[in-house]
Order: sequence, then structure tokens, then C-alpha cells
Amino acid sequence: MIRYVLARFASLILSLIVASLVIFTVIEIIPGDPAAFMLGVNARPDTIAALRTEMGLDASVPARYLSWVTGMVQGDFGQSYTYRTPVAGMIADRVWVSLPLAVYALILSTLIAFPAGIYAASRRGRPGDMAVMGATQLGVAIPNFWFAMLLVLVFAINLRWFSAGGFPGWDRGVWGGVKALTLPAIALALPQAAILARVMRSSLLDMLGEDFVRTARAKGLSRRQALWRHALRNAMIPVLTIIGLQFSFLLAGGIIIEQVFFLPGLGRLIFQAISARDLIVVESVVMLLVFAVIVVNFAVDLAYALVDPRLRVKG
Amino acid sequence: MTMSRTLMTASAIALLAGMAAAQDSVTVGIQLEPPNLDPTGGAAQAIDSVLYSNVFEGLTRFMADGSVVPGLAESWTISDDGLVYTFSLHAGVTFHDGTTMDAEDVKFSLDRARAEDSTNAQKGLFAGISDVTVVDPLTVQVTLDAPNGMFLFNMAWGDAVIVAPESIADIASNPIGTGAFSFADWVQGDRIELTRNDAYWGEAPALASATFRFISDPTAAFAAVMAEDVDVFVGFPAPENLPQFEADPRFQVLVGNTEGETILAMNNKMEPFDNVLVRQAVSLAIDRQAIIDGAMFGLGTPIGTHFAPHNPDYVDLTGNSPYDPDRARALLAEAGYPDGFTTTLKLPPPSYARRGGEIIASQLRAIGIEAEISNLEWAQWLEEAFGAKDFGMTIVSHTEPMDIGIYANPDYYFQYDNPAFQQLMTDLNLTTDPAMRSEMLKQAQTIISEDYVNGYLFELAVPTVAKAGLQGLWLNQPTAAVDLTGVSWAG
Repeated sequence: MIRYVLARFASLILSLIVASLVIFTVIEIIPGDPAAFMLGVNARPDTIAALRTEMGLDASVPARYLSWVTGMVQGDFGQSYTYRTPVAGMIADRVWVSLPLAVYALILSTLIAFPAGIYAASRRGRPGDMAVMGATQLGVAIPNFWFAMLLVLVFAINLRWFSAGGFPGWDRGVWGGVKALTLPAIALALPQAAILARVMRSSLLDMLGEDFVRTARAKGLSRRQALWRHALRNAMIPVLTIIGLQFSFLLAGGIIIEQVFFLPGLGRLIFQAISARDLIVVESVVMLLVFAVIVVNFAVDLAYALVDPRLRVKG
Repeated sequence: MTMSRTLMTASAIALLAGMAAAQDSVTVGIQLEPPNLDPTGGAAQAIDSVLYSNVFEGLTRFMADGSVVPGLAESWTISDDGLVYTFSLHAGVTFHDGTTMDAEDVKFSLDRARAEDSTNAQKGLFAGISDVTVVDPLTVQVTLDAPNGMFLFNMAWGDAVIVAPESIADIASNPIGTGAFSFADWVQGDRIELTRNDAYWGEAPALASATFRFISDPTAAFAAVMAEDVDVFVGFPAPENLPQFEADPRFQVLVGNTEGETILAMNNKMEPFDNVLVRQAVSLAIDRQAIIDGAMFGLGTPIGTHFAPHNPDYVDLTGNSPYDPDRARALLAEAGYPDGFTTTLKLPPPSYARRGGEIIASQLRAIGIEAEISNLEWAQWLEEAFGAKDFGMTIVSHTEPMDIGIYANPDYYFQYDNPAFQQLMTDLNLTTDPAMRSEMLKQAQTIISEDYVNGYLFELAVPTVAKAGLQGLWLNQPTAAVDLTGVSWAG
């Protein structure tokens, strides 16, 4: 078990190092000087040079990479070029929009997908199943940004129940924050719920065909009793895997939804930073997202080992 | 019973009063968020949009019609040789942190902007200053190397506002100025809040508070205005939706001018654009109205030179380059390119460039010029096209006010090198007589128009969508600004 964990951990560290190198290189290669961008078309060359010095841009590329990585290890993400404030603080502010949004969307998606998936599996081949599958087909096909615009049109412009976007901040009340995140969370959640419901259904149906379910039926349980008591638990393993993957996606994939609802989250921060060539912000936020995904994967690997004894023995 | 009815009436009145009181704040939508709040350290227009005149003030200031009037300087005298400006400052002006604004602050601000390690994006505005002297707390003397007819105009820019040494260290995140509004809060990515400065030296503004929100996506901007999340959107990014707002009695639509001359810039040192006949051919191949209609939904005024049409010195030179593809083809043949040529057309992100570029490319194809379009991000454009001058043609809107002087700089990205024009600009700077200046400005416009330096397309318009009751908004944008000092709600 310990050897398995250590091996997984070593692969985590290696992934992080490779990711940091790739991110840094790619972003350095993209043309565009942040100092020239800030000062615009009337700036004099000596002004741009002065600003480059102030920003620390005239150090060599390897030196900047090292100072970036060693800073991050110590929790210091550096200073944003354009905002001129510490990146760590900016990320901390934005995480409190993106993380709650991802969690909110995940809860919604689970709440919709579980009943829908179980219902469809229990009605296999009947009209109820067809209706749910048809709806999920639609959910998978509709792009979430388009669905988001539709929500705005109906609930913000016509019904006026919600704002069209923006985020008041948690310090102005929890209810206001939750309300501001509701439409974006629904827009993010529905396509995910559709996927999750399909996985739930097919996983349950697989289990219903297994020997242990047949045994349960043979000893006198009804189909429904067998589903709830025996199949559901075992069907959860692939579903939980999908939920784990979806969480990383929701955290990183909110970029477009944050644009549509002009939410001050991580996605909007990356978007603004890329166009302003605020390299240090882009590098740090992308690195943080990579870190989150890698850690989630690491946790999933560990969970597998806990669930599946064969992995422990082999490792 | 009577008692409770009186109470009810009283509370109803209080409620109404409360509703009326709520009408002294405004929420302003703009497209871009300022990267920081230091107007003296960056070119981003969004900084001035939020802060100009609201939070920061200079010695002089722009009015909505583009005229320059006294700001923090009450009055001034100019020495006979035009070299020494003596400014008398308003008495009793304080910064938002309570410190006094006096001649020392003016000296500090101007010296800081022109210092060697200055990061002022418009350092050129201060280039001619040789000395700033404090005479007494309310009098400051600025000495120039040479007479400069533009000096008072230059001091009105957002980059020339007066800042204090006490608060300069945190200016990027906590701007402290002398304006009618003080900075209250910035939720990065979402909004900036301003509140009325009760100690303001000038006329108190009608608004008690203002919120700026940053909505970059055109569809989201449309939704925010329709849902009345914002009271006014300055620089509304979806012109295709303007007719819908015009038809809706809840809203008013204002279409104003900017200082943005939108040009098809040509690389004057690169073959074949080093040939004036080729540049003329390109200019004649362009149908301006088709571009304004197709790319800008009809917003914009055709121009024939690099000058704002609303300026009293503007000369309409569109007649120098009427849409005439046949003559354009003949000119190309005369220049030695009977079969046309292939070149690059590098487009920055704004829709005037991206949409306009597609139309221009097809118009040029009609006379045999194959323009290969590449879409660039701003940072990329600055590096490749503007910095390295690696482009054949590009489309840019030059939004700085009175910037015809860029044609006197042979190193500027379109690389126009005409000694006669350069001499004219040098003379213009030395001239302070208004009539002579006007004459010279007209001459300058004519020279670049007849040299076909660039293809002159249109003056960029700025659409503003506001709720019907909001009044006192700037119609035009003589400088990037959302001046709220005169804004109020009707009724």
C-alpha cells in the first residue's frame, strides 16, 4: 500500500514539474510584451524599458522560471504586471467565486442526474426511459453558453427574477451570492447532469445483468428491490469517477460561463490576463488549475486502492 | 385610528422619499476593466473612463465638446516669449485623504511624469518642460524649452493629472485625487465604486455614489442593459442592437464622436507601399460607406485625413480619395503592378478592424490586390505590427486627441518620412497664435491626405445606451472619460 502511494505521489510531483515547464514555455513563446501593451502606442522606448525593469522582465528566461517556481513552492505567486498586486491575493478572491460555482453546479447536476438515471434504468425500454434518454440527448447536445444566454433572456430580461450577471460578493450576504450564482450554476449543471444520468443508467443496467442480482431475484426480491438493495451500490463506482472528472471540468471550464454572466472568477481572470499579456497571472492560474486536477486524480487513485483490494496487493 | 393613519401616511411618505433618494446613484457599464487605477502609469483607456474628472483632476481639463478649460489652475499667464506659464491654483483644494493640494503637489506630479524612470504612457506631453518652480503655495511656474501651442491642451490629458507624494505609493490600487468623487471600493473583475467627495472644492455633483461595472461580452452587455442591471452603458459594444433600444421608451441612445481616426495604415517604407501611386490606388479602392454600414452598422463619419471631423479646424478631404475602382486599377498599372500584388493585412481584435478588414480585403481583391488577413491579439499586434513594423497593411483607430503629430515621426509604425511635414509640425509647436495655428493644422491635414499616407476610413463613433431619465452624460468622447460630475436623474 505504501509503495503504491509513494509511486502515485512521485508521479504527481513529476506531472507538476512537467506541467510548470510546459506552461512557462508556451506562455513565453507567445509574442507580445506586457510593458508595451500597458503603455500603448504613444509610449517612448525609454519608458517601455523603464517599465520592463520595474516589472523584472529584463532577467533571463531560466532565471525568471526558477524565481517563479521557487516562489510558488513558498506560496508566493509573484506580482501581477498589470494589476500590480500580489497574484496570490487575486487568485484567493476569484477562487471564492469559481469554487462555489463549481460545487453548486455539481450539487445541482447530481440532484438531477441520480433520480433521472435510476428512474430510466428502472423503466428500461418503456416510455419513461425514452423520455429521460431523449432529454439527456438534448442536454448533451446543447452548448452550455447558448443555454446560459437562453436563461438570461427568460429569467433576467423577461421575468426579471435574477440579474443578468455580476456578483455582489459574499460580504454583502450569502443569499445574494447564491442568487447571483444560480443561473450560471444551472447553465453549467444541465449538460453535466445529462452525461451523469446516462452513466448512472447504463451502469445500473450493467449491474442488473450481473449474477449477484440474478441471485437476489432468485431468492425472491422484486426487480425494484434488487435494484435498490444490490445494484445501486455497485453501480456507484463509475458514477463517482465521472463526478470527480466533472468537478475538475467545472472548476476549469467555467471560463465561458463566467464571460456570459460577467462573474469575477478564475476564468475571467485568465481571460483578461491573456489579452493583457499578464504572463505571471496566466502562468500561476493555469498552474493552480493543473495542480487541482492532478490532486483530484491523486485522490481518485487513492480511493481506488481503498475500494479495490487487488490494487493494494499488486502495488 | 387617526393616529395610526397619520403614522401610515408618514411611513408612506418616508418610503417615497426613500425611493427618491435611491435615484442619486448610478450604475455605469463599460466594456473593459482598468488593469490598475494609476492614470499616470498606463495607456489603458479604461483607467481614464473611470477616473478622469471624477477622481483625478489636472491643471486644465477637457469639456464634453473637446474644449480645454481651467481645472485645478484657476487662471494662468504666459510670458511674452511663450516659455513661462505661471499657474494660479484654486485655494482650499484637498485630496481625498485630507491633505492639501498646493504648488508642491503640482511640481511633484509634473517632475514625476517627466523623470528619467517615469512610466508615464504619454511622456511626450511633458517632454518640453525644462523646469517647474514653486513660487508660493498657490502659484507654480512651468518653464518650457521652446514655445508650445499645445501645452495647456497637453495638461488636460488624464495622464497629466495632479497626484500627491503622500499617496503615490498605493495609487494603482487606492487612487487619491482631488475630484468630486472619491474611490470607495474595487471588486476586481466585477465593479468599482465611487462616492461623493463632500469636501469637493468645486460645484457638488448631484450623484451621491456611482458604480462602474465591467462587461466585455456584447451579448452580456445587451442583457445587462435590458435587465436594467446597469443604468447606462458607455461604448455599447453591440451596435446591431441599438435600434431595439431606440424603439424602447425605457431607454435613450446617444451616438457621439470620439477622437478615434480609424485608418487603413500602410507601411510607407515597404515595397510596394513606398510608391505613392500604390497608396493612392488603395485609397481609391476603398468604399468607406460600405465599411461603415457593413462593419459598424452605420455608425461613423467618413474622413479623408487624420483629423477629427468635430474639430473646428477639420477640412473635409474625402474628395481626394473617392471610391473609384477603375481609376485605382489604372493607378496600379501606372505604378508597375498591372496584375496587382499580394500583401499582409494584420488585424487587432476590435470589430472595426476584424469586420472592416474582411470588407476591405474584398474591395482590394476587386482591383487585384490580394490581402492576406491575419488576426492578432493586441499584445501581438503591438509587437509585430507596431514594434517590428512587420506588416503591409493594418487597421487601427487612433484614439488619442490631436495626434496628427505622429506623422512627423519617421519611426512611427507606418513610417511616413516627409521633411516638409516634419518642419510644419515643428513650426506649429512654436506657434501660439490661434489663427496661424488653425491655418497650419489645415495645411498639415492636406499634406498627408494628398500623400495618401494611409487609407482614411472613418471617425469612430461611441454609442451610449442609458435609461430615459438620466441626463448630463457626455455625448462625445474628446478623451476617454465617463464624467459623472454633471450627471443627474430627471424629476
